[in-house]
Amino acid sequence: MSQYKNFRMMKGKVSFLLDNKATIVLIVLLIVAGAIFVLSTGMGDMKLSPLAVLKVFFGGGTEMETLVVQSFRLPRIIVALVVGMALAVAGGILQGIIRNPLASPDVLGLTGGASVAVVSFLAFFSDQNNALTVSIKWMPLAAFAGAGFIAMLVYFLAWKNGVSPIRIVLIGIGISALMQALTTLMMIMGPIYRASQANIWITGTVYGSSWSNVAILVPWTIIFILIAFFMVKNINILELGDDIATGVGGNIQRHRFLLLLISTALVGGSVAFAGGIGFVGLMAPHMARRLVGSSFGALLPVSAFIGAILVMLADLIGRTMFSPLEIPAGVFTAGIGAPYFIYLLFKTRNA
Amino acid sequence: MKTAIETKNLTLSYGDSIIINELDLQIPKGEITVFIGGNGCGKSTLLRSIARLLKPKNGAVLLEGNAIAKMSTKDVAKQMSILPQSPIAPEGLTVLQLVKQGRYPYQTWLKQWTEKDEEEVTKALKATAIEDLKDRPVDSLSGGQRQRAWIAMTLAQDTDVILLDEPTTYLDMTHQIEILDLLFELNEKEQRTIVMVLHDLNLACRYADNIVAIKDRKIYAQGKPEHIISCPLVKNVFGMDCQITVDPLFGTPLCIPFGKGRCILKEVVL
Amino acid sequence: MLLKNNGQRFIGLFIAIFLLLLLMCASIVYGYTDTTWGMVLDAFQNNNGSNEHIIIETVRLPRSLIAAAVGSSLAISGVLMQTLTKNPLASPGIFGVNAGAGFAVVLAVTLFSVGNLQAFTWISFLGATVAAIAVYTIGSTGREGLTPMKLTLAGAAISAMFASFTQGFLVINEAAFEQVLFWLAGSVEGRKMEILTNVLPYLLIGWLGSLIISSKMNVLSMGEDVAKGLGLNTGLLKIMVAIIVILLAGGSVAIAGPIGFIGIVIPHVTRSIVGIDHRWLIPFAGILGGILLLAADIMARYIIMPQEVPVGVMTAIIGTPFFIYIARKGFNAR
Repeated sequence: MSQYKNFRMMKGKVSFLLDNKATIVLIVLLIVAGAIFVLSTGMGDMKLSPLAVLKVFFGGGTEMETLVVQSFRLPRIIVALVVGMALAVAGGILQGIIRNPLASPDVLGLTGGASVAVVSFLAFFSDQNNALTVSIKWMPLAAFAGAGFIAMLVYFLAWKNGVSPIRIVLIGIGISALMQALTTLMMIMGPIYRASQANIWITGTVYGSSWSNVAILVPWTIIFILIAFFMVKNINILELGDDIATGVGGNIQRHRFLLLLISTALVGGSVAFAGGIGFVGLMAPHMARRLVGSSFGALLPVSAFIGAILVMLADLIGRTMFSPLEIPAGVFTAGIGAPYFIYLLFKTRNA
Repeated sequence: MKTAIETKNLTLSYGDSIIINELDLQIPKGEITVFIGGNGCGKSTLLRSIARLLKPKNGAVLLEGNAIAKMSTKDVAKQMSILPQSPIAPEGLTVLQLVKQGRYPYQTWLKQWTEKDEEEVTKALKATAIEDLKDRPVDSLSGGQRQRAWIAMTLAQDTDVILLDEPTTYLDMTHQIEILDLLFELNEKEQRTIVMVLHDLNLACRYADNIVAIKDRKIYAQGKPEHIISCPLVKNVFGMDCQITVDPLFGTPLCIPFGKGRCILKEVVL
Repeated sequence: MLLKNNGQRFIGLFIAIFLLLLLMCASIVYGYTDTTWGMVLDAFQNNNGSNEHIIIETVRLPRSLIAAAVGSSLAISGVLMQTLTKNPLASPGIFGVNAGAGFAVVLAVTLFSVGNLQAFTWISFLGATVAAIAVYTIGSTGREGLTPMKLTLAGAAISAMFASFTQGFLVINEAAFEQVLFWLAGSVEGRKMEILTNVLPYLLIGWLGSLIISSKMNVLSMGEDVAKGLGLNTGLLKIMVAIIVILLAGGSVAIAGPIGFIGIVIPHVTRSIVGIDHRWLIPFAGILGGILLLAADIMARYIIMPQEVPVGVMTAIIGTPFFIYIARKGFNAR
């Protein structure tokens, strides 16, 4: 009745250990995510049964169905899925290396930096009639640059013979507050239409995602999530504190830098295409922790799927429940995530 | 006598205050060395710097003749493990997951869990008698069990040199002896070099081949307990009056502190 | 620690109080309408009903008092929250007060078209209280009662939920957005004296309460078990802390809208000045909080004159560099 299963292949050249419980949780989440993916693709003004959706996926279905699914629904659902994964993984990494349950992409100022960049973008490149003078396609780039710049700034300011977790997070908070202030300031000073536009972006939405977004975001996110998985053992030891991590031979400064870089890349990518979706980066890792414990080998993939499910569900609710109104996905990530999280908090405490 | 660890002209400081000043120390290979000294004398700081957790202000630490500052930290970790004082495990981490982290320096992307890893982890769990607890979260254990889990992690690292900062804190007397016996056996059978900070002078005398007494940022005395432990040493290092006798079971020095308390002897010796 | 003994701390406290009073006066004198120190004295002694005198009495005076009161309250509740949660990142916001208040106001504006600041006061106070009670209740379920970890997580989750619902309403309803945008940024501008006098009793209870429990907070900061061992009724103390935080932070958000930065930053700044003894920490934090908010509010009038920068924005702008400097220097103990 072992809780673990060994895998050793190629005469011991390849070996790893699987946590049975985590594997089961992961499989269940995978199925749930798949189901929501199919269900979500079928929902909307034109309803399709799950079977019809599958048919369209495999090349069947009418021309109309194929058009709706392929050009309108699939891109945004894929973006939602990938963004959820990216934010959850980034949040998990940050909580591990900072060793603080409140650590998240927002706390470090990454989202704030992107917000300022987007608000500035709207302010500087709009004419009197609030029409953009440059293509909106550049906005993701602005957001990404904002997040990246703030990450560098926080790291630079926190550097003093290396960076310590507490310095990173405190300076992150300071910078993040400043960014929020600047965002608010620019929103108040500009015309209300622009503020409102910016607010939708800050809330976070996958509305208007296109295949070209998918083509950039998906490989980008997958690459960094894979690198994150390769670094799992380093997160595990960083979570034990600097002394232990050094004692067992971890290069803490280098690993911390790389992991921050990975988180920034993940957050930057998702912020660029989906705006400031909150809650996922903070809470998905906590949910995962309560499901499978603290070992990052299990925690990261489980977080990723929880994140994907949260954002896909939030988007589904946002675009169907109040139709014809489009509600940004960012409104519902917390709306559905918080009750479930509180339930988990209850359950594990009474166990 | 071979030297496992050597410090050369080592000066340690926190900010501006010097903790250890220009220290030259040799720690013999294959023996048990215990640092003793009053609270705040810098013995933990010295241990931390030997374990490269604290960068020296000046001087160097040599491990088997190589400066640790110039070695890759992973190579150091294969030769030397450290258990710092009261480490904290993340919420919900199980004992097995913790002990497995000791195998970190040997893991690669493809080799996450080799037979050797499994063997060492099992051995460490067995040695510390916590096999039954392996699936329990570390934060749900008692102080003694928790300490043994951390020691198991250090053992799983399978190093020739093991450094421990007060490994017996939180433990009852039975478990103190168990842990020290375990370290003694590791030394006896596998000739591992063990360096630790201990507060109990009598246990230090029983288990140590070599005692380093630290006082005023310097080594006050170093050598076999039976050669160096004396009333003046205890008086100077700890600021305490005592009488030194011989342990009736082991023959090692036994320090009996003066002070107050119930005296039920017919003839008062003091 | 800058001030090492009680003598220095007493002197420091007096200097800080003096600075606070000075800034309160400056806040009355300086602004868009040109007034002088003499005019201010005149306005209080023999008010002749001139434009300047009216502005001084009905606009500047309440504003100055409000800035001082709100700044102090937020800073004190920040200290209490950081000790209660044992987390240096905690702020009164973690209790859900800001998110709850914001949600209540937006709800009222959207559904009932409520539109004046007076009404916002009670609505936001109510929202803050409801959210804080929810957080406290969820955080203290289970056998071991309220633990820092559970409180923090429950607070973060509930805050995130309310905040996102607020966003949702604002995204749908652009008119409401315009109306509450300035309120959501946090401001002490345009508040009448009644708003302060309405809420002042609650703040007063909070200030007094925080001073009374300050020595108990020292015990609590040594950890739950030690505190219990020393004979402290930790359960009762935690409830008292919660009530005080609701009064202070809830009262502040009711008067001035959510001002986020002070509650996190001032406690850290104060600790680096007077150390971790709550008997000094709480009064110092209160005064420094008032100073920061007053200074920010005065500057907020000049940056983009004749328009005003919301003071919530301004506190972050002037507080951040200072905060980063202290973070780099290293906090002495938490």
